[in-house]
Amino acid sequence: MKNLHEPDQMRGDFELTRREFIVAGTAAVALTALPGVGRAQPAATTSQSALPLTKVSFNVNGKLRELELDSRTTLLDALREHLHLTGTKKGCDHGQCGACTVHIGERRMNSCLTLAVMQQGASVTTIEGLGTPENLHPMQAAFVKHDGYQCGYCTSGQICSAVAMLREIKAGIPCHVTSDLTARPQLTAAEIRERMSGNLCRCGAYANIVDAITEVGGKSA
Amino acid sequence: MKPFTYEKPRTPAEAAAATARHPGAKFIAGGTNLLDLMKLEIEAPGHLIDVNGLGFDQIEATPEGGLGIGALVRNTDLAADERVRRDYAVLSRALLAGASGQLRNAATTAGNLLQRTRCPYFYDTNQPCNKRQPGTGCGAIGGVNRQHAILGSSTACIATHPSDMAVAMRVLDATIQTVRADGATRRIPIADFYRLPGDTPNVENTLQPGELITHVTLPKPVGGAHVYYKVRDRSSYAFALVSVAAIVQRDGTGRVALGGVAHMPWRIEAAEAELPQGAKAVATKLLAGAKPTEHNAFKVPLVERTLAAALLEAKG
Amino acid sequence: MKFDTPATTNPIDQLKVIGKPTDRIDGPHKTTGTARYAYEHHEEVPNAVYGHVIGAAIAKGRIASIDLSAAKAAPGVLGIVTAENAGKLGKGEFNTAKLLGGPAIDHYHQAIALVVAQTFEQAVAAAQLVRVKYERSEGKFDLAAVKDTGVKPKPGLGGASDTAVGDFAGAFAAAPMQFDATYTTPDQSHAMIEPHASIAKWEGDKLTVWTSNQMIAWSVGDLAKTLGIPKENVRLISPYIGGGFGGKLFLRADALLAALGARAVRRPVKVALHRPLVTNNTTHRPATIQRIRFGATKDGKLTAIGHESWSGDLPEGAPETAVGQTRLLYAGANRMTAMRLAVLDLPEGNAMRAPGEAPGLMALEIAMDEMAEKLGLDPIKFRILNDTQVDPEKPERPFSQRNLTECLRTGAEKFGWKQRNPKPAQTRDGRWMIGTGVAAAFRNSLSMKSAARVRLDNRGMVTVETDMTDIGTGSYTIIAQTAAEMMGVPLAQVVVKLGDSQFPVSCGSGGQWGAHNSTGGVFAACTKLREAVAKKLGLDAKTAVFADGHVSAGGRSVPLGQAAGPAGLVAEDAIEYGDLDKKSQLSTFGAHFVEVGVNAATGETRIRRMLAVCAAGRILNPKSARSQVIGAMTMGAGAALMEELAVDKRAGFFVNHDLAGYEVPVHADIPHQEVIFLDETDPMSSPMKAKGVGELGICGVAAAVANAIYHATGARVRDYPITLDKLLGHLPPVA
Repeated sequence: MKNLHEPDQMRGDFELTRREFIVAGTAAVALTALPGVGRAQPAATTSQSALPLTKVSFNVNGKLRELELDSRTTLLDALREHLHLTGTKKGCDHGQCGACTVHIGERRMNSCLTLAVMQQGASVTTIEGLGTPENLHPMQAAFVKHDGYQCGYCTSGQICSAVAMLREIKAGIPCHVTSDLTARPQLTAAEIRERMSGNLCRCGAYANIVDAITEVGGKSA
Repeated sequence: MKPFTYEKPRTPAEAAAATARHPGAKFIAGGTNLLDLMKLEIEAPGHLIDVNGLGFDQIEATPEGGLGIGALVRNTDLAADERVRRDYAVLSRALLAGASGQLRNAATTAGNLLQRTRCPYFYDTNQPCNKRQPGTGCGAIGGVNRQHAILGSSTACIATHPSDMAVAMRVLDATIQTVRADGATRRIPIADFYRLPGDTPNVENTLQPGELITHVTLPKPVGGAHVYYKVRDRSSYAFALVSVAAIVQRDGTGRVALGGVAHMPWRIEAAEAELPQGAKAVATKLLAGAKPTEHNAFKVPLVERTLAAALLEAKG
Repeated sequence: MKFDTPATTNPIDQLKVIGKPTDRIDGPHKTTGTARYAYEHHEEVPNAVYGHVIGAAIAKGRIASIDLSAAKAAPGVLGIVTAENAGKLGKGEFNTAKLLGGPAIDHYHQAIALVVAQTFEQAVAAAQLVRVKYERSEGKFDLAAVKDTGVKPKPGLGGASDTAVGDFAGAFAAAPMQFDATYTTPDQSHAMIEPHASIAKWEGDKLTVWTSNQMIAWSVGDLAKTLGIPKENVRLISPYIGGGFGGKLFLRADALLAALGARAVRRPVKVALHRPLVTNNTTHRPATIQRIRFGATKDGKLTAIGHESWSGDLPEGAPETAVGQTRLLYAGANRMTAMRLAVLDLPEGNAMRAPGEAPGLMALEIAMDEMAEKLGLDPIKFRILNDTQVDPEKPERPFSQRNLTECLRTGAEKFGWKQRNPKPAQTRDGRWMIGTGVAAAFRNSLSMKSAARVRLDNRGMVTVETDMTDIGTGSYTIIAQTAAEMMGVPLAQVVVKLGDSQFPVSCGSGGQWGAHNSTGGVFAACTKLREAVAKKLGLDAKTAVFADGHVSAGGRSVPLGQAAGPAGLVAEDAIEYGDLDKKSQLSTFGAHFVEVGVNAATGETRIRRMLAVCAAGRILNPKSARSQVIGAMTMGAGAALMEELAVDKRAGFFVNHDLAGYEVPVHADIPHQEVIFLDETDPMSSPMKAKGVGELGICGVAAAVANAIYHATGARVRDYPITLDKLLGHLPPVA
């Protein structure tokens, strides 16, 4: 793949954010300057709207989407803020909650921890690509039936994760609780729980989610 | 995030050229740690070199009877590889004990080795941290330090290395293969790869600027029972308080390394000689010179107890 | 509608729709990503720009200077709001610290600026260029160290600071069996998965904010008050809330700063608190130190009960009311409770799921277990022995319903308590030491005024409008069920619109008061609508039957749509309460049973079984009610085993301020959970005869886990969370 975009004015230094701690005369008072000095500022003439944009295209839910994005834009923000596919949620933006889980190709990933420009040519499936209120994916229907959600904010991530997770079991990918690494993993509650542990649900719908996944997994197995 | 430029070279030579053009550029592959840190401007590269197009995504047998693992092999694929599951089970186990399914799908072999500490003071840019900003001090010393190191720490830094995989790699005597910006390659035994914090906790390994990991090589299998025993506060999706990677032979000899206790995977060959004597003897030698902090003295007994549990599991 | 006499038979008692385990009506939206949360209103606000909040880097002190020049010059920056340029701001009734700090800083990560830029990336990057110089001053950050400076707090929702009946000191001293122990509970974080978020848009002097908020009317008032504008000029819209747990009861910095930012840049502005900011910027459940003393007769009758609790908060803050349940839960002639509040300069303490009772029962129900053991009594028997049917502090007040004993007995039967060996540390399953524990659950049921508007159109569709919120509790569904039952239509004929300040003011979501009060308001409005329908048709409202989409009386039956006519009918009313809750005590009860395994080598605890038995009045929807309870049990498991905001006592902040550092339970931590609801109605609570369960479910869970750990290991841990380091010294030696 080619170097996509490399605007000259953005070649800067890479000095880490610097932080000053100036301890004042008394122990009780410290003067602190924050945060950083860092990179030189772009020339004042830089237009406020002049945004160095990178062209990127990828397939989302079966449709080719072409965007011009800030290279800093994550896949998550590209979906939510640029494509208005807000079904994918931002919970932590740091890979700590799983609410942003989508499929890239066949695999589940945290869309907050990949840049949109890195997904050039990729095929992305979001919760909107699985089903609609009128035509639910079996996993979505099972979540409704088993009340596998409460506030609904982690739900898209749980469902995307669950669908891909069943594929992982089918593909024979082991997990932490798989007792025999050389045998094929089975669809047990313990396996589901471990494999779904990257999706936090603070409402605590876990037990119902496991029931929903077990039902779908049992049918498709 | 600071603005950066981005390129995706197709060949190692192109990548090398890119590093020459952009001193201080960062390689990105999985991005699961680097982007996390860039969002907080703990890392702020001006140029990103996306190495996902370079190949290095295969696991192949080596002429010596070992395995050559491409730097870009995803953690999921490495853990699921049949040869790894059969001959290097400690590695599969360690990988599967780490992170989440989503993260393992994205994270790469090289990226996992290069993870930076999860010390909360490193992550909070308002706080002093000699690793993030040399010379500012260490917030964790005298602060909240339950998760921190008990071995090999310094007065500048008590952070731990967060990787599970690296602990298994250490016990397997893996070798890290790299290519430098000038095209020269080298092999670094994992024992020589990581550094203790000393006065320069910001320097975490022996890679040079612009040096790219291409492969991690495992020597031929050593047999034995493979165990990775990870202890944490919740059942999954958490970093280790203490972990033990062990390979134990039928005669009771073997190898052992610890995670969650130091700035690097912790292995002392002299301690391994005590393996036939049991956990206590090994732990005593492993923990020689241990310097627990205010909140983590429990890690000292926990190492021995986890080791005992691991050895019991190895016996089957 | 005034509710001041106990409910008699009413249309809800038909139970054609109410009481059924109906799937949530919002389910298809939540499971397809089509439910729109606060930050997601692209259609309504297509041109919003992005605000990024900067939090204070110190815990206490003042801003000496802010240099905005570099940030202002950064690409895309449209404006920066600080206390210096925001104009005069008031402070909300429900806020302790100011939402926009400066020059004084009251706590770590208190918002000090909002950087507004064209894009999210630009706003975040520019925020890093704001240079702030602080003068740091000394603060108090260690509860144990300031405990003795605590003073009597003002009476609040948790009641008076102190209560006393009889002669506690004398009775305790004279008791043949005494118990005295101190417990600690840590600061905890709501850690809802949706961070606080808002989009603000001004049209002239009218402000609309799409936000994530549990209490619409409170926050309209506080936003207006803070901005110094009339309430009528503020509209809040909050149709979906990605978790609250008390953390979104109040106006917070996202909404205020979005409004200020939008005013400054003359464009709609959207703001979400970035995750690392949420913990210290917003509220948390405060830590407590609790001392519990019991005196009892040799046969186990409590004669003296004492419960004292110390907590801290910012100046003008409030205590964690951890002694509340002790005033009501067990009999005992001589009793005292006391709360003391010290000043702490940590972030603002406030309500989190079952404030008061959750941490209070964490201590009390371990103490009950310890006392039972001391007495040689089974812990269930000991609790039953000290049950009461009246308010122990005011014996003339009975409980409206109190089936605690039944909960304990039913649970014991279901859980297999009989087989339990009372001696601790006796049961092994391989490397796991097995134990079981029990605790009582208790949470008050509060009566709150709640209004709704109901429309009937010529297709027979019933539309309910109320500013009630659904924070995952199932409000949409139980409100639809209520309207369907009242109007005699299928659920599919009901549309529910929530979370908009243009709708009648409801009780909102908090304190497990949502279910019975909000549906009570819908009951009142539907009662009025039924009267309007009958009146229009000239039917007798008292005898008219609403069923199958028709209204029938005196031999006539008319389809509702026809009755409504082309203009439709609309009715609005509120449920308002008299003094029934003064005459009798309205509370909910339960019993939690837990089985744990503790790893004999490493001390890791894994929960193997959980059972809750709840007595909470009529259960409006057993499916969503059960979910409320299992969710609360999950949070209780977190409280028992892992949740703790770690305080840096020098710098004065919660160190583990993200979802990796603050561990909440994951899937792998939670086993299959069982919930039993006792068949009960409470005519004193509301016409619905229902009470809440969402907080009852967390009350006592952590203590049941703690008691199970004790039973497994013989190690009694009185300081939460019970992490493995606290057990290591008590475990059998390893080979």
